[in-house]
Amino acid sequence: MKYQDEFRDRHVVLGLAARIREHVTGRTEPMTFMEVCGTHTMSIYQYGLRTLLPPQVRLISGPGCPVCVTPNEYLDRAVALCRLPGVIVATFGDMVRVPGSTSSLQEERARGADIRIVYSPLDAVAIAARNPERRVVFLGVGFETTAPAIGGSILAAKRQGLANYFVLAAHKTMPKPMGVLSADPDLKIDGYICPAHVSTITGPDIYRFLAEEFHIPCVITGFEPADVMQGVEMLVRQVVAGESRVETQYSRVVRPEGNRKAQEVIREVFTPCDAPWRGIGVIPGSGLRIADAYAAFDAEKAISVAVEETREHAGCLCGEILKGKVTPADCPLFGGACTPESPVGACMVSSEGTCAAAYKYGQ
Amino acid sequence: MNKDLILLGHGSGGKLSHQLLDDLIIPTLSGIPLAGQNDAAVVEHGGQRLAFTTDSYVVDPIFFPGGDIGCLAVNGTVNDLAMMGARPLFISAGLIVEEGFSRTELTEILASMRGAADAAGVRIVTGDTKVVPKGKADRIFINTSGIGAVEHDFTINGANARAGDVVIINGTIGDHGIAVMARREGLDLQAAIQSDCAALNSLVAEIIAAGGEAVHVLRDPTRGGVATTLKEIALQSDKTITLREDALPVNGAVKGVCSILGLDPLYVANEGKLLAVVAPEAAEGVLARIKGHPLGKDAAIIGHVAEGGARVQMETAVGGMRAVEMLAGEQLPRIC
Repeated sequence: MKYQDEFRDRHVVLGLAARIREHVTGRTEPMTFMEVCGTHTMSIYQYGLRTLLPPQVRLISGPGCPVCVTPNEYLDRAVALCRLPGVIVATFGDMVRVPGSTSSLQEERARGADIRIVYSPLDAVAIAARNPERRVVFLGVGFETTAPAIGGSILAAKRQGLANYFVLAAHKTMPKPMGVLSADPDLKIDGYICPAHVSTITGPDIYRFLAEEFHIPCVITGFEPADVMQGVEMLVRQVVAGESRVETQYSRVVRPEGNRKAQEVIREVFTPCDAPWRGIGVIPGSGLRIADAYAAFDAEKAISVAVEETREHAGCLCGEILKGKVTPADCPLFGGACTPESPVGACMVSSEGTCAAAYKYGQ
Repeated sequence: MNKDLILLGHGSGGKLSHQLLDDLIIPTLSGIPLAGQNDAAVVEHGGQRLAFTTDSYVVDPIFFPGGDIGCLAVNGTVNDLAMMGARPLFISAGLIVEEGFSRTELTEILASMRGAADAAGVRIVTGDTKVVPKGKADRIFINTSGIGAVEHDFTINGANARAGDVVIINGTIGDHGIAVMARREGLDLQAAIQSDCAALNSLVAEIIAAGGEAVHVLRDPTRGGVATTLKEIALQSDKTITLREDALPVNGAVKGVCSILGLDPLYVANEGKLLAVVAPEAAEGVLARIKGHPLGKDAAIIGHVAEGGARVQMETAVGGMRAVEMLAGEQLPRIC
């Protein structure tokens, strides 16, 4: 396939692996790079990239999976909404299996709730248009990459005059949690593999404070295996040279100014807010709520429902895993009480979750 | 988690399906051990070895590019018999029809069943029809059972993979699942993807003629895809199977759809593909015969078998190594 196979070329990837080994030859001190995008997590596992890296180069996963960082409380509200008569919950597929405090959307579906898996929020708008007597709630999770499309769905619903389309918004934005992790004395991160598509929207400047204040090298990296290996190679070079800059490996897509149109949609429909991250806690200004002008589309404001008291799962280390402090194998539940078929924590559910990737692809 | 609920994933053909079979259905009904869990049962009666199988078809939509629920119901059961090396002979047809279904569409489905049976050389000899109230079934469900004759005196089953064997597939993977899903989701694809729905019994006859008892395992990777089927073989045979990702034949359009939707073709269903695990000395001969068959022109050797482990691993396209597990949960429900 054009523009895909080229970036999965074995010789290119193995050549980059050899260059990385050359750079670190003679170094004993390990360097730890964190990726903060679930698609990178998947790519690294799916292509077995860790097996191509020298022992001095360690890759860890951060809070990059939108499903994983969404707290139980949100799931509980979604479950409560889907139990209301006449409500259709539309969602990207991964959310269906995520366990809330006592139930999940997949269990509610088995009990008769109307849960629809869609590939685009505009499909949810179409469902609302076809079912004027029903209320359609779209579960809006994700980072800067999904926020414009979901914002666009609200604008589309408004244009169409739909009064039965709602979004339950739990959007997160990227650079702030990286600052929190960078300031964490227990973590020693030597470089960030910065998200590809988030950066397509935002442009590279959002990471500058990490390089300048925390002196951590940042490389915006594409998702294909050759991209990831080149991103790692660029990080290794910065570390070896004692530099910390923001570089863009994924230059075929990421522009310095980002995607202005998508940024405008986000500014129009959403307002920055404090947001709770599973495992990290509330980070000021790290989320997006629906702006007051669009409150009629905000499921949280427009549909009142009693939500059960939130319970966390005992023993689940998702929070520590999302901070990169422990690996899936360190969790006592991993592979035993917590499997993709019967997940305890969100990291095991999402196809982009670190635990799901570690379980599915092993090493 | 509520353990009493049957979830869609229990019907995925993947890990949850296996758990339901192993924990509940098999112990309650028969107690057949893992090694005996194959696409069809092989039973002996009056000195004759017979293969016997059954399958239900609930695909949505009932008409899809490259086939429909009718030919799928015949070919699927023919293939389950053929995977035991049996010559399929007789098929039953059980129809569950929703009130209000169209007679025109029923006619088309029946003609498709008849056409598939004629093409595969099997006869539909018995059947049953039920109509249920509107909303109690989704248009039409079909169950078929089949009987075939096992005419060789060696064993072909999932527990028979041996160290050194090679793994052959007869063509591109994932076509059926993606064709059905693209139609169901209304994906507007520039390149039409056709289901590979086909009867494999004539191909199996060629494989056995070429390889004889060097043919150790035959299995059709339907729900759960090639990954799940190979993991089943690895578990049943207690061997390690190593795949080479760059050897896996994948249609370019299927690869594209999978990339966009985040699916892995290794887990997507096929309805006209078989995996043959064959002794190394017979591999080239069997591969050549498969390639000479109309259903095998894209055939390839995709992996090999080694001692121990009961696991599947893959050398990735870029040279890394990773484990391959069964499908977890549901990937695409109701694709057959």
